[in-house]
Amino acid sequence: MNSRRLFFLLPVIVFGVLCAFFLRGLSLDPSTVPTALADKPVPFFDLPPLDDETIALASSDLVGEVALVNVFASWCLPCRVEHPLLMELAVTGKVALHGVNYKDKPEDARAWLDELGDPFLRIGADRDGRVGIDLGVYGVPETFVVDRTGRIRYKHVGPISQSDLEKYLLPLVEKLRQ
Amino acid sequence: MKHWFIGVLLSVTIAIPEAVSFENDAPLDDPVLEVRARELAKHIRCLVCQNQSIFDSDADLAKDLRQIVRERIMSGESDRAVTGYLVERYGDFVLLRPPVKPKTYLLWFGPAIIILFAGAGVVRFLRRTGASSGSPEALNSAERRRVKSLISDEEVD
Repeated sequence: MNSRRLFFLLPVIVFGVLCAFFLRGLSLDPSTVPTALADKPVPFFDLPPLDDETIALASSDLVGEVALVNVFASWCLPCRVEHPLLMELAVTGKVALHGVNYKDKPEDARAWLDELGDPFLRIGADRDGRVGIDLGVYGVPETFVVDRTGRIRYKHVGPISQSDLEKYLLPLVEKLRQ
Repeated sequence: MKHWFIGVLLSVTIAIPEAVSFENDAPLDDPVLEVRARELAKHIRCLVCQNQSIFDSDADLAKDLRQIVRERIMSGESDRAVTGYLVERYGDFVLLRPPVKPKTYLLWFGPAIIILFAGAGVVRFLRRTGASSGSPEALNSAERRRVKSLISDEEVD
């Protein structure tokens, strides 16, 4: 009798499990694809500087200290949204912040930085977007957290919000520092 | 008049070729390799538009990825190597057809397992009800009389 009752409960249990999955799915953003490069070394790249006012960025520059690498472009509207936050972050000096200027014209990027401020220590110019593809970038802005050994530990897709920064990115940086 | 207009609109929409995007690229000189590149591109997801392949998509990234597929095929790489390169960077999600591996077993075999269980349940149910009902026993004479009286009562009512 007991096992029979269990048998009838089975569909209810299966239904419950499915519901739990679907409920979880509702709060996931399907447009955010986690990086396939998590915990892997940053793919080798050696980008020229954006212009003679900036310092070039290569993958070897990312070894030695925890860094954020922000992939941005002047044509990218959400980049404009997160930019003030990057400026604030640069002032605090909590973490090394580098930029990859993705598929942009150097003069446009320069005008953009002159207008909004330049928070980056180094800026590599990825004119044809090949380095972006090597990094698995599929939409700007994207921000990589790279640890001291030059491994990618996390990628944030889309503009960074204050709460993303405080609740996730900065604590992660802090953790990687130790 | 209105119908005619809608008809024209529809035909215009339908007449858009399968992949405008691919036509705008510079094809490979070798037609065999070009066909291979196109076939491969049909199975690679455009991460910007997600449910389109890079073959169909007009997104800038899709164009770049098509170019990479072409270059890699030109340089003599196998289809597997080319998709491997993309999967390394964008994950399995870049493949429109998810690979069969332990992580996706549930996805691939889940429906079959559910049908198997449901089928077993149905068979079990049919067997049980079939065994318990069978053909009913014949009525004895007393019961037959009772049925008759019940029926005639109803007719009186």
